[in-house]
Amino acid sequence: MSTDVSAAASDSNASKTAMPFQKMILTLQEYWARPENGGCVILQPYDMEMGAGTFHTATTLKTLGPETWNAAFVQPCRRPTDGRYGENPNRLQHYYQFQVVLKPSPANMQELYLGSLKAIGIDADLHDIRFVEDDWESPTLGAWGLGWEIWCDGMEVSQYTYFQQMGGFDCKSVAGELTYGLERLAMFVQGVDNVYDLDYNGAGVTYGDVFLENEKQQSAFNFEHANTEKLFRDFAEAQDECVKLLKAHLPLPAYEQCIRASHTFNLLDARGVISVTERQAYIGRVRDLAKGCCDAWIEKNEDRWKNDFGWEK
Amino acid sequence: MADLLIELFSEEIPARMQKKASDDLKRMITDGLKAAGLIFDAADAYVTPRRLVLNVTGLPVSTPDVREERRGPRADAPEKAVEGFLRGAGVPREACEERETPKGTFLFAIIEKKGKKTAEVVAEVLKDTIKNFPWPKSQRWGTGSLKWVRPLHSILCILDGETIDLEVEGIKSGNTTSGHRFMAPSTFTVTGFDDYKAKLLNHKVMLDASERADLIEAKAKELAASKGLEWVEDRGLLAEVAGLIEWPVPLMGGFDASFMEVPEEVLILTMKKDQKYFVTRDPKTGKLAPYFITVANIEPSDGGTAVAAGNERVLSARLSDAKFFWDQDLKGRLDDNLDALKDIVFHKDLGSVQDRVERMKKLARYLADFIPGCNADEAERAAELAKADLVSNMVYEFPEVQGAMGRYYALKQGESDAVADAIKDHYSPLGPNDACPTAPVSVAVALAEKIDTLVGFFGIDQKPTGSKDPFALRRAALGVIRLITENNLRINFAKILTQAYLDTLVQVLNNYGDLFTGPEELKPLKEFKLGKKLSSSDDILSHSSKYLSLLNRRDVPTKTDNDSFIAEGSALFTSFLELESDLLSFLSDRLKVQQREKGVRHDLIDAVFANGDDDLVRVLNRVNALTTFLDTDDGANLLAGYKRAANILKIEEKKDERPYDGAVNPASLETAEEKTLADALGVNAAAAKAALEQEGFEGAMAALARLRAPIDAFFENVIVNADDAKIRENRLNILNSIRGAVNAVADFEMIDG
Repeated sequence: MSTDVSAAASDSNASKTAMPFQKMILTLQEYWARPENGGCVILQPYDMEMGAGTFHTATTLKTLGPETWNAAFVQPCRRPTDGRYGENPNRLQHYYQFQVVLKPSPANMQELYLGSLKAIGIDADLHDIRFVEDDWESPTLGAWGLGWEIWCDGMEVSQYTYFQQMGGFDCKSVAGELTYGLERLAMFVQGVDNVYDLDYNGAGVTYGDVFLENEKQQSAFNFEHANTEKLFRDFAEAQDECVKLLKAHLPLPAYEQCIRASHTFNLLDARGVISVTERQAYIGRVRDLAKGCCDAWIEKNEDRWKNDFGWEK
Repeated sequence: MADLLIELFSEEIPARMQKKASDDLKRMITDGLKAAGLIFDAADAYVTPRRLVLNVTGLPVSTPDVREERRGPRADAPEKAVEGFLRGAGVPREACEERETPKGTFLFAIIEKKGKKTAEVVAEVLKDTIKNFPWPKSQRWGTGSLKWVRPLHSILCILDGETIDLEVEGIKSGNTTSGHRFMAPSTFTVTGFDDYKAKLLNHKVMLDASERADLIEAKAKELAASKGLEWVEDRGLLAEVAGLIEWPVPLMGGFDASFMEVPEEVLILTMKKDQKYFVTRDPKTGKLAPYFITVANIEPSDGGTAVAAGNERVLSARLSDAKFFWDQDLKGRLDDNLDALKDIVFHKDLGSVQDRVERMKKLARYLADFIPGCNADEAERAAELAKADLVSNMVYEFPEVQGAMGRYYALKQGESDAVADAIKDHYSPLGPNDACPTAPVSVAVALAEKIDTLVGFFGIDQKPTGSKDPFALRRAALGVIRLITENNLRINFAKILTQAYLDTLVQVLNNYGDLFTGPEELKPLKEFKLGKKLSSSDDILSHSSKYLSLLNRRDVPTKTDNDSFIAEGSALFTSFLELESDLLSFLSDRLKVQQREKGVRHDLIDAVFANGDDDLVRVLNRVNALTTFLDTDDGANLLAGYKRAANILKIEEKKDERPYDGAVNPASLETAEEKTLADALGVNAAAAKAALEQEGFEGAMAALARLRAPIDAFFENVIVNADDAKIRENRLNILNSIRGAVNAVADFEMIDG
């Protein structure tokens, strides 16, 4: 029933024909767009800096309410504190997530997810794929859900969450969210130990060719050069603007100010100018904005949701 | 007789919740069956990551018929009364019998209830169970409102081969289930438990978690042995891993030997906690080996090469991080970290970790005097470095190895073994079953750490309430008790408390405002601050009483700023007397809890504590002697005699509104029994006292035992409430002497019986 495998076992995973990085993105988009896989709307990245794909309006605002909403998209993520000047083999301040949102979560969502892994070349007969408990919570979005991290031969390759609350409001219907860490997944598929060695296009361009210099410069910006006075000002302005827009019943532009405040806070955090006690206060401020936006979004849609779906808050 | 099989099939259930969930399923279903009057032979629950299963055997096919007779009003009672009775009983008039009784003719209703089909009962009970299942965390999914730990997909429910129909939130029951997610996902029908278990096995699912665990253990041992290694047993991990898979396939992998220079605590933590791997050891050296065992959920098509290689790569990346932190930390010394401790807040009212370390240093040095073989310099040094690893890279990344890393860094920089070990051990014992330090320096620092915690949080009035104990003060108190009693330390606890109290008080007040520029009256505190060690009890008392009077003197008008300094200062910190009494009673409560588990009567601990002894070793010795004594005939009778004497005294003292605590007057002794008792009291009270001074508790008990016969004879033959007031008073004084002599050993008033 089991097999002894020596430490020196050859790396059967690192085949020459493994899928290049960009092909993986194209494959996932094509897979999730298929009608039998949810027929997802394939969106393009949100054009603002954000820490995770969950911040995209296609996830936050669209997971509220009863309407069917299936979408998939790549979202570049900025995590200033994770920058390592390009010197760490798997930590980046800028990386890509592939995000799938299926609302209501279909009964065969796990199978659909496993099908997507197969599509990018992960064979479930060869690899040990597990659903390991991991509950998700975003203090800045006032959101939480239950789910798993997905392990493939011991490596975490995705997050899988059933949203229960967003902005402090119950999610009815419940959306299932899948987040693939694309670089990590590609490292697994290609059998590569250093992210910068990833084959990007299958024609000689590596991930390092595209992003190494960016990591170096942006790390310097995040940690050393970002103007903290300006950032504090930006945060306050974004906060004010958001509140003003909420009063004008414009949740979409208000929410963009919330995204801006959140990223500005992340930069301040990377600059080390926010103390432990202040940290909680800043997170609380962003959460208040996010809640206000969700509230305003519900208010905009509530009558229609009630009439068409019998929805209640 | 019928057998019932239930399977609740869902998406992956967190491993940590599985055991309780299977227990809950069994409890809720069998309780429901029993409540309906269904008696069965046996019920067994099983759990895998995707299924909760219950097998109940030997059920009747229906609940028993019930026949009940109910007596009503007289047959000739007014119509209204009869109607009311019939309505209540739910039967028509014709269904009632009229019976002659000695009191007249009465109506009797015969109520017959046919038994309910077991299938109906099961359907109801199962529906309720699913709707009310006590998951620690549950969720909704899709468009439904049912809550389950993860989406619930199917309900299998069969009684004697027949499906019991039920529906919960759109999920209809059936007689089918599915096999292993990857290796045999097809759906199949089952007829009963044996069929179910066998078909699951054919579909690559081992139903029984203990069978999965056994298989993992056997195979893991085999894999380790093939490399000449030992599998390191870990029951907790084994249970967890058995809950992550339905078809266990242990595989071995390795890591680069260059990682072995990283302390093994870190290697083990990375493998076990982050990756759920079992570790192996070389039986010859006892050292960790560079091989691990992971348990896959499939039989990989290539025999496991890819799975092992993938796991090796993940582990290697994690160990590279750990090695980087280790190398970074070794570039500096622990002493370099001490400055950074002032930036870690221990508690907003108790200052930084650096403040805490300062207090622990003093306390450890002071405690060293009470610990045989403890070098005070080493104790202070170990306390100084005890928290230094908190700001190391490694502990920042892996908080669980705090202490252990400090030991390595201390050894690398040339500290003595005693100091290094104390750094590692000072958090111990962490609970009733954790190893308790015995090395003198370790004991000193471990005690200092816990006493500082207790005094600090009691001082700022953050005592545990009910189930809330956010600062783990109960654990700290138990740690103090274990460190003292298991090492047989003779510590005058009140003295230590005074010292700790002053240290903490000085710091708290200093954090509030500078004592050195504070009021003149606080001069003694300043001296103390300058490191004066309190040596004699007079010293301690005079110091503490000065602060007490200062801090409690809010009403006395002095210079305004002094007054406010003192008033606000005392609001910051509890007075010493209050802290001492609260903390000692907290410790005695914890001691009672701890001793109760060892079978010691808590009332005896109360009885001994009531005498105001704070030497825990002496308290326990005394409790032990008392326990033995009360088990003897003499002991039991003496207790009875004592209670009788005390009761009479209580009554008479209340009646007369005066205490009887005078000396016994030999001239007023009338009877022989009185004289004998008075003599015996004189001799034996003195003997017990002398024995107690030598801590000869058995001798003290023996002296008390000699009082038993005279006391019994006294109560047998002497009337306490004599007519002659003088004689009566003298006899009550004799009773008081009994009470006094006995209470000198322990407060018998507090003993049950």
